Amino acid sequence: MSIDWFIVLSALLFATGALGILLRRSPMVILLCLELMLNAGNLALVAFSRMVGNGQGQVFAVIVMVIAACEVVVGLGLIVAIFRRRIPLNVDDLRELRG
Amino acid sequence: MSATAWAWLVLLFPLLGSIVIGVGFHALPQKVAGIIGTVSIALAFACGIGALLSLLGEDPEARHHASSLWDYASVAGLDIKLGIFVDPLSVFMVLIVTGVSTLIHLYSYGYMQSDEGYHRFFSYLNFFVFSMLLLVLAGNFVLLTVGWAFVGFASYALISFWYRRETATRAGMKAFVINVVGDIGLVLAAFLIFRELGSFDYGTVFEKAPEVFTTNEWTITAICLLLLVGAFAKSAQLPLHTWLPDAMEGPTPVSSLIHAATMVTAGVYLIARTHVLFELAPTAADIAAFVGLATLLVAATMALVMTDLKRAIAYSTMSQIGYMIMGVSIGAYSAGMFHLMTHAFFKALLFMAAGSIIAAMANDQNIDRMSGFGKAMRFTSITFVCGALALAAFPGTSGFFSKDEILAFAEARGGMYLIFTVLGYVGALMTAIYSFRLVFRVLPGRPCKEAQELIDTGHVAHEAPKNPATGEPEDTDVGFPGPEHHIAEQSLPMRVAMGVLAVLALVGGLIQIPGVDDVVTKFLDPVWEGSPLAAIEPTLGEDYTGLGIGGVIALLGIGIAYVLYVRRPELPRRLEQRLRPLHTLFANKWYFDEAIDFLVVRPALAIGRFANRTFERFVVDGLVNGTAETVRGAGGVVRAVQSGFVRSYALLLIAGFAGLALYFLLSSS
Repeated sequence: MSIDWFIVLSALLFATGALGILLRRSPMVILLCLELMLNAGNLALVAFSRMVGNGQGQVFAVIVMVIAACEVVVGLGLIVAIFRRRIPLNVDDLRELRG
Repeated sequence: MSATAWAWLVLLFPLLGSIVIGVGFHALPQKVAGIIGTVSIALAFACGIGALLSLLGEDPEARHHASSLWDYASVAGLDIKLGIFVDPLSVFMVLIVTGVSTLIHLYSYGYMQSDEGYHRFFSYLNFFVFSMLLLVLAGNFVLLTVGWAFVGFASYALISFWYRRETATRAGMKAFVINVVGDIGLVLAAFLIFRELGSFDYGTVFEKAPEVFTTNEWTITAICLLLLVGAFAKSAQLPLHTWLPDAMEGPTPVSSLIHAATMVTAGVYLIARTHVLFELAPTAADIAAFVGLATLLVAATMALVMTDLKRAIAYSTMSQIGYMIMGVSIGAYSAGMFHLMTHAFFKALLFMAAGSIIAAMANDQNIDRMSGFGKAMRFTSITFVCGALALAAFPGTSGFFSKDEILAFAEARGGMYLIFTVLGYVGALMTAIYSFRLVFRVLPGRPCKEAQELIDTGHVAHEAPKNPATGEPEDTDVGFPGPEHHIAEQSLPMRVAMGVLAVLALVGGLIQIPGVDDVVTKFLDPVWEGSPLAAIEPTLGEDYTGLGIGGVIALLGIGIAYVLYVRRPELPRRLEQRLRPLHTLFANKWYFDEAIDFLVVRPALAIGRFANRTFERFVVDGLVNGTAETVRGAGGVVRAVQSGFVRSYALLLIAGFAGLALYFLLSSS
């Protein structure tokens, strides 16, 4: 199987994730899309690792997963905090940091 | 112990005293602070004696030592050490400074008793002594400058000691500004020396100078003239003298210590210390001598007409320093230093006695209002007369030997230098007249109100103190004289200090009788080793002729003063009317203040105003405001991007990232 398919799939996943972040307003969905992008990256890493023939790329993929786990913890924590304060779950309403 | 070790100790004690009193002023009782201050200086004096003995134990040729604690700065050919230089000259100065300071601290212990700022006073005073010792012990021009500037600051702090008195703070600022002018001269001279000789160290500089410079080359002349600017400012010589009379706003012990006995003689010390350079630049030395001569004459005329007791003595100080500057500039080094010593004794004494009288007068310094203190304050008047006798060079007193030695040297050098002898004697005549003018105006006669109270009740009773300059009531919260002010001559420490100095003023000259002992000359001789000028020595005959003339002139001057102020008291007024323009000139201090105001202050102000209107407003303000406006404008543009929408940030991020990826893709293919 040529590597092209893997890369195409990874690129599609990445583009889906990026579009999701740009178009959706719910923080929950944005978080999911972020995960999607990260895993697109992981897929590419693993694919390249196989192509080269050693395990280094897979190590990177594992590290990315760890980071992703952390990120999800923080992100979900934020979402729960927002929900508890009865602020509508809409990222366009959270714009206190306007310059 | 070696001489240098003693010298380091000399520096240590006053510094410690100043810090301990300054830091612990809350915890220390007043008495303890005074005792710490006095004892630390006394210990410094004892260590000075140690250094002296250690020097005397050595071969005269080997009596100079340099010592350093650590490197101050060591970069690119520059090597400055925190080093001191101990030789007979510096030890001589150390002994004068610490010796007189000890007595004046003792005097202040009593004199400042009712002052709220007692701790502050002693802390400043110890700091001053430390700075002065640093100045005289410094082993290179950098440390000399440090001491020089410290002394200037101490003087400022002590002149403005009574800081609620506006006249005092103004006088302090004036002294500081003029002293800074001198500091600049000294610093520039040090730079020039370093450029030409590559070192700041005394030993190297004085060794290399004769090889590098030819006589009267412009660089060495410039160096010496710049050194002279420093010396003139510190030693109150024309035309940088106007701060000294104003400095009399400070407490009297300050006038006595700083503005008579020690600090103002720093210029004399500087010239003596750098005599190697001055001998290479005879033109500069002659200029210094003529300025000294002019100062001694001009100041004497002003002292003749001043009605303010302390200011009259201040002008006399200027005049006497004129003698010293003249002496060390024409090559009478030992004589100049000897006069420095005797002057320290009798001038400190005169100020102490004046302080005692002024205290009795509630800070009023006008001699027109004083009379009859001879009966009221017997001890003070005796010491005052002792000081005046020495100042007037009455035969046998200390001033008699020292002043005439300078003039005899000028005569022995001959040629043009005879002018200095002749005009020096004219100055001596005026000295005798003005010193006894003070005596005859203040001591005899019908007692004035304050003196009468002293006689009647035995203690001082005076009205609420007023500022003599402006007539405003004094703020006794910050200063002397407190409401309970009964110290005039009745405090024992003051009496001891005055008594010791009175004895020294009378007999201090006996250590240097021409042809008999010559202690000072013999001690200082190794310092001037190899100097052609120091080798000139008046013959014994010349010496004694000079002493004879000096004695006659002193007696003549005292006689004239007696006729003018005791026998026929109406004469001075008639003379004043007859010589109206002259009197106006003298009484207005030769219009020096006005001239400086017109020549320096006003042009400087005008230039400043002009620059403010043009350069400052348009160029400087334009630059500053322009920068601010640019930043603000740029900020406005960038601010628009910060919309607060998370998704727009994400878009920017992705777009930027895509742009970068595109760029690398395109550039790699």
